[in-house]
Amino acid sequence: MKRSRLAGWLSPYSTIFFLALPMVALTTIVDLFATSLVIRIVTVMFVSMIIVLGMQVFMGNSGILAWAHVGFMGVGAYVSALCSMTPQMKEIAVPQVYPFLLNLHLPFWPSILIGALVAALLALIISYPLMRLSDAAAAITSFALLIIIHTVLVHWDRVTNGPRTLFGVEEYTTLWTSALCAILVLVLAYLFKESSLGLRLRASREDAYAASAAGINITQVRYFSFILSAGIAGFGGGLWAHYITSFTPDAFYMIETFNVLAMLVVGGPLGISGAVIGTALVTIAREGVRAVENMINLNQLLPFEVVGLTEVFLATVLIVCLILRPQGIMGGRELRWKPKNAMQMGNQQASQK
Amino acid sequence: MVAFEFLINAISLGSLYALIALGLVIIFGILKMVNFAYGELIMFGGYVLYLVGSNFRLPWLFVALFAVLGAMIVSYLTELVAFRRVREKSLTALLITSFAVSTLLQNGALLIISPRAKAVVLPNIFSQSITWFGITIPMRNILTISISILMLVGLTLLFRYTILGIALRAAADNFRMTRMLGVPANLVISSAFVLSGMIAGVVSLFWIGRTASVTPNIGLGPLLIAFVATVIGGMQSLMGAVLGGFVYGMIFSFIGVLLPQTLLDYREAFMFLIVILILLWRPEGLVRTRYVQERVG
Repeated sequence: MKRSRLAGWLSPYSTIFFLALPMVALTTIVDLFATSLVIRIVTVMFVSMIIVLGMQVFMGNSGILAWAHVGFMGVGAYVSALCSMTPQMKEIAVPQVYPFLLNLHLPFWPSILIGALVAALLALIISYPLMRLSDAAAAITSFALLIIIHTVLVHWDRVTNGPRTLFGVEEYTTLWTSALCAILVLVLAYLFKESSLGLRLRASREDAYAASAAGINITQVRYFSFILSAGIAGFGGGLWAHYITSFTPDAFYMIETFNVLAMLVVGGPLGISGAVIGTALVTIAREGVRAVENMINLNQLLPFEVVGLTEVFLATVLIVCLILRPQGIMGGRELRWKPKNAMQMGNQQASQK
Repeated sequence: MVAFEFLINAISLGSLYALIALGLVIIFGILKMVNFAYGELIMFGGYVLYLVGSNFRLPWLFVALFAVLGAMIVSYLTELVAFRRVREKSLTALLITSFAVSTLLQNGALLIISPRAKAVVLPNIFSQSITWFGITIPMRNILTISISILMLVGLTLLFRYTILGIALRAAADNFRMTRMLGVPANLVISSAFVLSGMIAGVVSLFWIGRTASVTPNIGLGPLLIAFVATVIGGMQSLMGAVLGGFVYGMIFSFIGVLLPQTLLDYREAFMFLIVILILLWRPEGLVRTRYVQERVG
């Protein structure tokens, strides 16, 4: 009995181990044996995973499409980069920068956290009214939010250097940093999903009317989770910026949005496992096609340069996936260790509630 | 005089935007789906203009006809291949599908044609202008206004008096009921996509007529315009979309005059801010329909 109770208590958390262990294993293997190209791919994959998990926190639990997260990623990237760059570098890279930003020079971690906080703060300020909307209206407004963020990033010369490349960000993010951060966010996203707030949010997704009849303030629960997910996206953006080191506002626009959306949807937005597995699968598929594309271009197998093959392939995969499995590969299930006794325990607990 | 020229400009922009919005809302009304791939239909029309126009010696009107036909066919194909199979599932799946179709078409153009802008052959009438009592008006604007109005009148007649039009309106009002009364769902939805493609094709003539070149990402601009216009006008009604398009064209022109130069770069951001505000103040848009039904399932 005691044993099964322990098992029942552990079972929900087994998801985290099932997902985190392969990640740690992969990181170790890659760190020891892989080429720098593979290290790069895996590092970027973990950072993407953070963004995808951030989106999952809102989109998966609320059932509302989230287009704007790549925008928040951009906010996190730019803010953290401006915090961590040296004043000398900033003078060259962002010639028109505001004086108070020029002398700001912080270590890596505070910069990343400030980036995440600013992204969350932005969500805190602007998103409350948007949370009242659902369906198509919500999709249009969050798409609008992405456009607005992009427009501001492109034109705010004194902060982002406009549409030009921001360069000279120091490289801090390593393979292990990104892997551990991804695991941290994974735990956070899982705990959020299982928390009371997450439960209320999921209830509002399943049946908005029943949820509000049960006393759930839908706007409010959506609002809190949106802030959290925007913060996570900003965090991921900061890590990304300190790995890629030079980027333009276009890095946080349609292509990247499509990319992370494909990851989430292919895996299954309803669960954490779906987000993680989708990220891994889409990364493998994308890098495979990209390698083919590069090979064609390098060896000049075709008379013209091949551009966009990766996106064409990914879009096709996404459409096929939506036709065959609209809920994603995982469907909403989580990888979970379910001992027989524990399941009974769980059922008993559920029926007692 | 300047004011009059400005007004003609604004009306021309408004009528084009009304057309753009109408093409989007025809589908939205029935499926409750925002078709992200709508802009790519316009892009496709543009590429047909480029390919046919530069490879065959045909009168321009025929080339234009090919562009419109091409957009119609592509629109129908997207419905047949992608949307029809996802339609029953969920709105989220449908929206993501349309985003994927949009990416597919855009990158397909990138892959097959070229990332660089392609010059489109246009008839002289697009670059001429006439002077009337000291007022100079580009022929393009007059053409835009007259064709848009012609299209709008034609579509109104179609919606009002033909069986297809009545079925489309009924489906936009209450799709489930319409099906129960024996209207074949696939036929109605397919014809909505074909109509939407036709409008996109006509829009592509004028949209590309302004720059005389076509790029793979040219569709984003009209798509955003259609978004804003439908939200302003009301996403439920076709009339609302037309009104929203006109209003948007006007606001856009006026913002261009009123906003100081430094803020002009942020014009799109301002437009979208207006959208968000309107959605909050009046989620159903300027034109209300009798009842607004949330999509079930």
